[in-house]
Amino acid sequence: MDIHEYQAAEIFGRYGIPVNPGEVAETPAQAEEIAAKFGTLVAVKSQVHTGGRGKAGGIRIAKTPEAAREAAEAILGMDIKGHVVNKVLIARGADIAREFYLGVVLDRPRRQITIMASAEGGVDIEEVARERPEKIVRALADPELGLHPWQARQVAFQLGLAPELINGFASIVMKLYDAYVKEDATLAEINPLVLTSSGEWIALDSKMSFDDNALFRHPGIEQLRDLAEENATELEARHSGISFVKLDGDIGCIVNGAGLAMATMDAVKLHGGEPANFLDVGGGASAEQVAKAFRLVTADPSVRAILINIFGGITRGDVVAEGITTALGQVDVKVPIVVRLSGTNAEEGRQLLAEAGLTAVDSMDDAAAAVVRAA
Amino acid sequence: MSILVDRNTRLLVQGITGREGSFHTTQMVEYGTNVVAGVTPGGKGKEVAGVPVFDTVAEAVAATQPNVSIIYVPARFAPDAIYEAVDNGIPFVICITEGIPVADMVAVYAHVREKGARLLGPNCPGIITPGQAKVGIMPGFIHMPGPIGLVSRSGTLTYEVVDALTKAGLGQTTAIGIGGDPIIGTSFVDALALFEADPETKAIVMIGEIGGTDEEDAARFISERVTKPVVGFIAGRTAPPGKRMGHAGAIISGGAGTAAEKIAALEAAGVPVADRPSAVPALIRAAMAR
Repeated sequence: MDIHEYQAAEIFGRYGIPVNPGEVAETPAQAEEIAAKFGTLVAVKSQVHTGGRGKAGGIRIAKTPEAAREAAEAILGMDIKGHVVNKVLIARGADIAREFYLGVVLDRPRRQITIMASAEGGVDIEEVARERPEKIVRALADPELGLHPWQARQVAFQLGLAPELINGFASIVMKLYDAYVKEDATLAEINPLVLTSSGEWIALDSKMSFDDNALFRHPGIEQLRDLAEENATELEARHSGISFVKLDGDIGCIVNGAGLAMATMDAVKLHGGEPANFLDVGGGASAEQVAKAFRLVTADPSVRAILINIFGGITRGDVVAEGITTALGQVDVKVPIVVRLSGTNAEEGRQLLAEAGLTAVDSMDDAAAAVVRAA
Repeated sequence: MSILVDRNTRLLVQGITGREGSFHTTQMVEYGTNVVAGVTPGGKGKEVAGVPVFDTVAEAVAATQPNVSIIYVPARFAPDAIYEAVDNGIPFVICITEGIPVADMVAVYAHVREKGARLLGPNCPGIITPGQAKVGIMPGFIHMPGPIGLVSRSGTLTYEVVDALTKAGLGQTTAIGIGGDPIIGTSFVDALALFEADPETKAIVMIGEIGGTDEEDAARFISERVTKPVVGFIAGRTAPPGKRMGHAGAIISGGAGTAAEKIAALEAAGVPVADRPSAVPALIRAAMAR
């Protein structure tokens, strides 16, 4: 789960990280008011769940409250990579001497939490990692004991910081690691972390994402969810216990199992079609779940045909078929449906589906070809 | 021969009296798996499919000497169940449970290694050696004994490929589902090493998907250490970046973890990659004939 910059800054602040003061505005008038209160140069920053805000014109510097109002007018309502800006953060300007990158992430191959830091801050860190990997300093946290202060100091020394700056930087590293662990984050990032000309550290841009599987123990984080940032159908799917991702094509997919669902999308593409969605109904494919899946898929007006791909396995094919026909009794589906059904009693299942007027086939390839023809 | 489970497997089921646990215990017993005991705290004295239930793993170990444990416990309690298994000396633990927080798995993985044990999963379908032992939730009847070792991050997609292999007359030594989470106990590399060392496995199928770099690590390992023919399939060629595709670990992040990169890495290691599951048997036959 993603949150906004201003929300991440609030959390980092609670962990003792020096964050740049700022307030959120939803109208140009509010932006002007906040800027006047600061009485300094401010940054007007779009609050959306995507990167590349600066390049898209979603971050502007304003020298006066009037300029802040104008910047907010330009940015509010802007579409940045499909995300509409509803809020801007008015942040106090900082006197920047140097910019650093500091992040905490999971190192999947090593199965450990890792600190990443670079003296090349304020830029796309993935680009630095690709093109100048030697510019990134890392430290791996012990899986059971956590990150040691000496590791944080070592990172600071490896960045070439002057001795009087080591402890300040290391303390931010420890606090950011603490926030990552205690909040069950999947990313905690400050980019840039700036050093002012008076030698102060300030987190100028904060970013945090969380482990969906751990939200049950963080009710406060769940409340930070911005529903405006989420696709309505994806949101509804999550409430139904269905994994759903909206795509751009016109072939709706309903599949049991995540891997098979991806392979089904790939098969549609291979046969010349474009999948409209990823959808995993879960193992059993009950009538109730299939009915919910029909509702989700048909909510997309661009869907011109639906492919149901169920590898029955332990669940009997005739039971799955009954589930599909029952679901069709509950949801009015107007586009052609092709069902691929395999596993125990699949033949009986296909018979039932054929009697209900559906195209039912045995192989995934045939099903993908048939649904692309039908669309 | 086979890897990790066979006729000598003495299986313990943790969470045996739950809905999933009791259903799959019955299925495993019917398949012929030697299920020796189950554990549910407070369940002592009960029986599931003729299998005795104990309160603790320690009691089950003392009474029945299991050498493999399978866990069907909800996500909040699954890490504790893994600790209980390895702390009581079980050398091989399979965790079916989906939805365990990543932070918990970081600590669990380190602890399992410290104990010298092996973990399979979490968020996996389990492992089957056809005709000998089914330890998981997969449909047993689609499998057939034979020379192919299969390793996969997925569940139903694995069944799809197994079914295609069996229908093509290509049986399996062992089929192993390593799981769809970002942190898993047994990686592709671990499974490939076991298949390489198993004399009955003549060829290997690996089924990967988007997210992480395990497939790339596997490609490197194959070119350096695997002498047996390997055929691959990678799901998610059409997956968009930044979106989690069902499995917690199936996400293209920061431009890394795409199907295209994984396919390129495997092909560079001499591994033919099928463009669809049904193409796997023909590629395996061709690879074995070389």
